[in-house]
Parts: sequence; C-alpha cells; structure tokens
Amino acid sequence: MSIVTVQLGQCGNQIGREVFNAICSDVHGTHGLCSKKENESYHDACKERFFIEAESGVPVARAVLVDMEPKVISQTLSIAAKSGYWKYDDHSHFCQKQGSGNNWANGYTVHGPRHKEVIMNLVQKEAEKCDRLGGFFTIMSMAGGTGSGLGAFVTQCLRDAFPSSFILNHVIWPYGTGEVIVQNYNSVLTLSHLYQSSDALLVHENDVIHKICAQLMHMKQISFKDVNQVIAHQLGSVFQPTYTAEDGLHYSRNPLGDLMETLVPHPEFKMLGLRNIPQMPENSLAYSTFSWPGLIKHLRQMLIANAKMEEGIDWQVQPPRPGSSIPSSHSTNKLLHFNTSIANLVILRGKDTHSADLGSFRDPSLYTSWLNPQDAFGAWKTPRAFNKYEKSASLVSNSQFLLKPLDNVVRKAWNMFASKAYVHQYTKYGIEEEDFLDSFTALEQVISSYTIL
Amino acid sequence: MTQSVVVQVGQCGNQVGCRFWDLALREHAAVNKVTAPLPGFGFFFFFSRSAGDGPDIYKGKICSLKARALLIDMEEGVVNEILQGPLRDVFDSKQLITDVSGSGNNWAVGHKIYGCQYRENIVEKLRKTAEHCDCLQCFFIIHSMGGGTGSGLGTLILNLLEDEFPEVYRFVTAVYPSGEDDVITSPYNSVLAMKELNEHADCVLPIENESLFDIVNKIHQMVNSGKLGSTVKQNSLVTSSAGITKAIQEKPFDAMNNIVANLLLNLTSSARFEGSLNMDLNEISMNLVPFPRLHYLVSSLTPLYTLADVNVPSRRLDQMFSDAFSRDHQLIQADPKHSLYLACALLVRGNVQISDLRRNIERLKPSLHFVSWNQEGWKTGLCSVPPVGHSHSLLALANNTCVKPTFMELRDRFMRLYKKKAHLHHYLQVDGMEQSCFSEAVSSLSDLIEEYNELDATKGGPRTDPSRLKIAV
Repeated sequence: MSIVTVQLGQCGNQIGREVFNAICSDVHGTHGLCSKKENESYHDACKERFFIEAESGVPVARAVLVDMEPKVISQTLSIAAKSGYWKYDDHSHFCQKQGSGNNWANGYTVHGPRHKEVIMNLVQKEAEKCDRLGGFFTIMSMAGGTGSGLGAFVTQCLRDAFPSSFILNHVIWPYGTGEVIVQNYNSVLTLSHLYQSSDALLVHENDVIHKICAQLMHMKQISFKDVNQVIAHQLGSVFQPTYTAEDGLHYSRNPLGDLMETLVPHPEFKMLGLRNIPQMPENSLAYSTFSWPGLIKHLRQMLIANAKMEEGIDWQVQPPRPGSSIPSSHSTNKLLHFNTSIANLVILRGKDTHSADLGSFRDPSLYTSWLNPQDAFGAWKTPRAFNKYEKSASLVSNSQFLLKPLDNVVRKAWNMFASKAYVHQYTKYGIEEEDFLDSFTALEQVISSYTIL
Repeated sequence: MTQSVVVQVGQCGNQVGCRFWDLALREHAAVNKVTAPLPGFGFFFFFSRSAGDGPDIYKGKICSLKARALLIDMEEGVVNEILQGPLRDVFDSKQLITDVSGSGNNWAVGHKIYGCQYRENIVEKLRKTAEHCDCLQCFFIIHSMGGGTGSGLGTLILNLLEDEFPEVYRFVTAVYPSGEDDVITSPYNSVLAMKELNEHADCVLPIENESLFDIVNKIHQMVNSGKLGSTVKQNSLVTSSAGITKAIQEKPFDAMNNIVANLLLNLTSSARFEGSLNMDLNEISMNLVPFPRLHYLVSSLTPLYTLADVNVPSRRLDQMFSDAFSRDHQLIQADPKHSLYLACALLVRGNVQISDLRRNIERLKPSLHFVSWNQEGWKTGLCSVPPVGHSHSLLALANNTCVKPTFMELRDRFMRLYKKKAHLHHYLQVDGMEQSCFSEAVSSLSDLIEEYNELDATKGGPRTDPSRLKIAV
C-alpha cells in the first residue's frame, strides 16, 4: 500500500524533502547487514510505499507540495532533482505569492476555501496513482500560518474526500522561546481542529531535536537542515518497511493502518510521541556497538521517565507497584514523575532482532488500567539495518509524553488571550473570540483526559 | 514573489528614497551574478515595456529597469536633482509629481491644498504602478514629520492608499524632528501627521535625525581612529554611499539617509531572498502589532561596519546581538532595554544558524522586560543572503514603550506653541482647517501615550496567570 505525503508550508516542505532523502539514501546504502533477497524485498516495499517508478528510472516521490509563497517549493524541487536518486513530480505542487503572514485565520478561512479545489485535485491525482492507497501523511508546523491554518483546512478536506483512509498528521512543535510571537494561538487553533479530522498526531518538538543535535550529535552550529535531518531519520525509522506479524513472512502492507490499530484505541487520545535510539554523529558509528538488552532497557526507561533522549535519563522513576490503588492526591506526583501509557509501539531494525526480548514493555504497570497490555503493545521488526545504524530502536508512544508541552502551549495562549492581544489580527479574517474559546475548551478536554490516566 | 511600491514624499522622503534605490541596485547586482530571470529583483523593480532587446545591466547601462516608485514633491529642486543624477534612468517621468512653490512647512498646505489639487493625479499614478504588479503586497511611504509636504501630503497619500488599496500593507518610515529642529512649526506638523499615522498606517518605523547623526559620528570615529590591525571595509559602512553609482558626490545628509535605506533593505531581505526561516512583511505586521494602534516599531541595525579581517569568531557574532539592544544603535532616541517590550523581531541575514539565534536570545532575555502576556515574544527570521560587504547582519524591530518619551516630548513642544496660538493663523487660513483639527490631533496623541502608560503601569497584565477553563471530568 502506498502513502501520499502532503507537505504544507515552509517547515512541511523543508522536512518533507529530508524525509524522502533519508528514505532514499537508506535504501541505496550498502549497510543493510542482511541477505540480498531481504534487501530486495525491503527495497521493493519501500519503493511501493513512497515512490512511483518513472520512465526515466528516477523514482518520483508520492507527494503534494503546498505553500502560499513560492521560494521554498522551488528550492525543494531543485534540491530533490539535484540528488539524482529521486525527485518530485513537476506538476504536483501548488503555491501562491503572498504567504499567510503567520496568521492561522488567513490560512484557514481565506487560503483554504480559495484553493481547495486545486489542492484536492493534486491530492486526488496522487491517490489515483497508487494501486492501493494506504493513507495520507501530512507534514506541517503549528507555529506559522500556512502549515497550521491551511494545513488544518486541508486535513479536514482529506477527511471529507477520503472518509475511510487513514490520516496521520506530523506536527512540528515550535521552540518554546518563540519563533513566531503568535505561535501559541496558531498551535491551539491547529491542534483543536486537527483533533476532529485526523486519526493521529505524531509530534516532534524543535527544542528536543535541537538538544539531540547539540548533545548527542555534538554539533556546534546547528541549522534547520540539521534539525530536519534528525527528524527525517526518526520518521524513516518508523515508516521504512517492517514485519508486523510474529512470523515475519512479508513486509507489512498497511503501515498507517497497523500504526493506528496499535496506538489509537480511543479517539480521545491521539497525541503520539516518538523516540529513537541510538543517535550519534556518523563518524562515531564505526566505533560503537550496541546490544538489544541495553537498547531496550534504555528505551523503556525513556518511556517511563519521559526522557527526551538517551542522555540524562532519570533512572529513579519506576512504575507504581501493581495492585496498589492510587488515591487522587498522588495523581499530581504521578504526573510529575511517571509517564503512563495508553499504548506503545516499538520498532527494531538490524542485526539479531529475533533475539531481542520486549517482555519488559508488556508490564501492565506501564499502562492505564482500561486496556489489556496485550492490546496496548505492538512490536515491529526487521533484520535489515536502517540508515547505517547496526541496531536501531524506535518507540512510538501514545502516553503522557506530550501532556506537559500541550499544557504549556495552552497556558501561554490563554495568558495572551486574556489580554486580547493580537486577537484583532484573527477577527479580521473571521476567526472570532468564540472560535478561540471552542479551541481552548477542546484542548483542555484533551489535557484533562491525559492527566487522569 | 510579491511586489512593493515606494512612495517618497517631500524633500526628506525623496533624499532618503534616492539613497535607497542606489543601494537596492547595488545589492541586487551583487547577489545576482547570473543572467535573467533574476529572483528577488521583482520586489522593487520591473522592466518597462519600452525595453528594446531586454535588460542591459551587465554592460553598465540600466536602461529598461525601472523602480516601483512614486516621487512626489511640491517643489522641484530635489526631484530634479535625482533626475539629472546617475539614477535618472531608473525613474520614469510618469512616476513623478512635482509643483513649484513647496508647502512652506505647513501641514495644512500639504494635506488640504495640494492634497485636493493632486488627489486624482496621485490616484491615477498609483493605479498605474499597481498595474505593473501581479501581487502588490506593500506600500513603503517615506517622509519627514516636521515639514509641510512630506508630513501633510504624505499623510494624505496614506489616507488615499487605505481607500484605494485596502488590502495592501502600509509601512511608513517617518523621520521625526529633533528638539533643535530649525523649523519652528515642526511640532504642529508632526502632531497633525501623527493622528493620520495612528489611524491609517499598518506599521510606522519612527526615525530621529539625532540618532542617525550619533551613529554617523560613531562610525567616523571608528574609521579615523586607525586602531592598529583593524581596517574597516569601506563598502560595508551602513552609511556608505558606494552604490552602483560610484561617482556620486556625498551630500550632507547622505550618510544618515543611507542608514534608513539599509533599514528598508534589511526589512525586505527575507521577502526577496531565500532563507531557512522566512519572515515576510505581512508576518512583521502580524507579530509585532498586538493592538491596532500600537504599531510604532523601534528599529536598530547592526553591525554598523565590518572589519576587513574575514574571520569572524562567534564572539563577534554575539556582540552583534548585544549591540542591537544597546541604546546607541537605535534609530530613535530611546532605550528599549529599560522599558517594556510588547514584542520583538530579529531578522538575521547571512551565515547565521538557528543555534546562534537561540543562544543569543537565551543570553539576552533575562536583561529585557517583556509584557506578562508575551514573555516569549520573539519573532525570528533567517535570510541566507547577507548585505553587501558583510558576512551577516541583524535588524531588530521592537514594539516597546520606549517610544513614549519621544511622543511626550512632541506633545510638549506642540503645547508650548499651541497655548500661545503661535503661527496658528497660517494653518487656519487654509480652507478646511479648523481649530478642532488641532485639538483632535493632540487628543489622538494623548490617547496613544495613555495606552503606553497603562501598559507600563501594570506591566501589561495581572501578576498571576488568569485561571484556566475548568472541564467537567
């Protein structure tokens, strides 16, 4: 099954090209560490999922590029074509001239309806090129105007036009200390709207990835390209082909469906966080060895203690003892320390994955009480190594990972809203105070639901 | 690619405008070394239809390239000089409106008399310029506040733009008179113009001559101090006139006007050139104007010059950020560090990455006071192309209560004249001017000052966070 990627806004397009780059270089890399036959199946599965074979032999990404100003898209198209390994379809993009001015309302109420037909036509064309459509993957930031506002509108349109397809929104959480002053408003409006039409939101936080670049990759001067490459690596580690069934006979044909089935048992809980280890500078890879028990142990503790990366994990945090009742007065303590999960998905790639024991992830104390741990945990494996890492482990988690960031964004937005600052910029385009209140209410509901897990 | 039109009004407006076009040409010539089509050029320039066999830029002749500009002055001297100078080919006769006698430093003459007389002409010329644009985004209006034409006719044009092109942003670069201004009626003209700016501009970048003068002096000292081992690259001076027209004679205000020209170039750099985090003009307005009337932005440009040694350690990069917040780099006499920030934008050009930006924001944040509802009120932009002669540069725009003293002084100077009714008759004898115009204008200014006062007093909001919505579980 194929996935159609929709890249929205500057961020969406910049990340999108890194993702396709990462996938392509992984597939063409020689560090598969597995049999030729295995490599070929991997290659084929990946190709079907993300690319179309063109007459020229250069694979064409299954993607639609959307932006309200032209500079980024033209840059993206040319960088992709230069690589020689892959490219975008020359007609599969849409842009305007003016941009959205970081204004969610402009993206949602003006650009959205105005360009709906053209954009959805492009999406329809890409969907028709797939033998079997596996769903949509949209990439956007929450902070700006196009990715966020137009992105929310497009997601709604996707839901209306393809009611039975899976929609996964990849959302970039901006740096806490502003990239855009009205980013909290834009974020609140985006999240509340996406929640209605999307199946799940997979989040990457700029602050976290920045830290990974600084502390794990040892980069001195970090550019957005560096940040985007780490994000692309992490996404690739989730979406490259894997075996989902225990017997591992063929690569999964329905990655988005499998993801949703494992991770989103209840529509109230759609916030997914992503962790990937190990992460290190490329020139250190040759000198490092890892063991599955070690990686799994770290990953589990990262889950429990809500650590953002494999350094600085708090090993003191432990799950509550099973059987003991948790009175409500302890629930705030629980919030601060232990990360309760609804569902988790672990993806292992590389040497000897069959020997990896994931029993510790099936511990019922990790999970909220209303789900069986058998239903709450999924594991995907493949012996084919990913992106030069001999062993690589990823965790996609529907848990309280994003509770604190979400709470922060809502708090700051509410603070600003109380003084009515900037609201006139939104009402100018038809987003009234009531719409804001609706969004706040929706998100407070989500926060409340995640808090009482 | 969007387009912008520059409307330069009055002597000051046109002198600044002239420097602007010169430096804009230099910047684009330096950036675009391959043949047409030239990206980013279209923002301020277009090729006129009478073009023979295409642009001839590389042979040193700029014959068919035209500036998207309107040059307006009620006396001929300044505009004529421009038309006889090296930039004459960049302007079309259809883009000019001049008269002979000037406005006599009288806002009413500029606004009411010439406004009436030239209204249709101006609208027609604006429409013509707009026709050359397929996506007109912004008008840049440049004028002084203290005179008659720039201030009076300039603000009338602002009104016109709002009526005729309501969707297009109006950015005003206004030069405010200093205390020792030799035009006696400048406080009247300025306050009357302020009311128009309050009501009809999207964003105003106030500039004070005193600040420009201080910066020019600072640079002279640096250049002439001849510190051992440091030679300043001449074309990197923010005051440098080394535009595309090298033979130009430097005139007294040129150095100061170059600073303002550079301000406009930096402001629009992200719209014209690529970068990893674009910041367009509509984003500036969106992020820096929390309430409609509080749209006065204090600007600062760094660095003022580049030293000839090429290696720039990161310490010097950090120094650039610190300087942007220092008192002597601001383009008005104000100290934003000791007042309250409502919002702040940093537009970085050149080889600077997001980590450098973050590091400096973290470093500088503790020493700055932000309003309570905008504690992390930073808007940032990264443009890959640096200005000519620099490897990187920074433009800081602040919506800060430090503009208040400037406005208060203006009001004081106004009141000193108004109480005695000095020179009032020159204004009242103009058809359409009444005493109420004055009282309304000063009242509008007072209201503005009051809004800033309130923000200062409460530091922008209650001490504790407002309580959140409660959800029934």
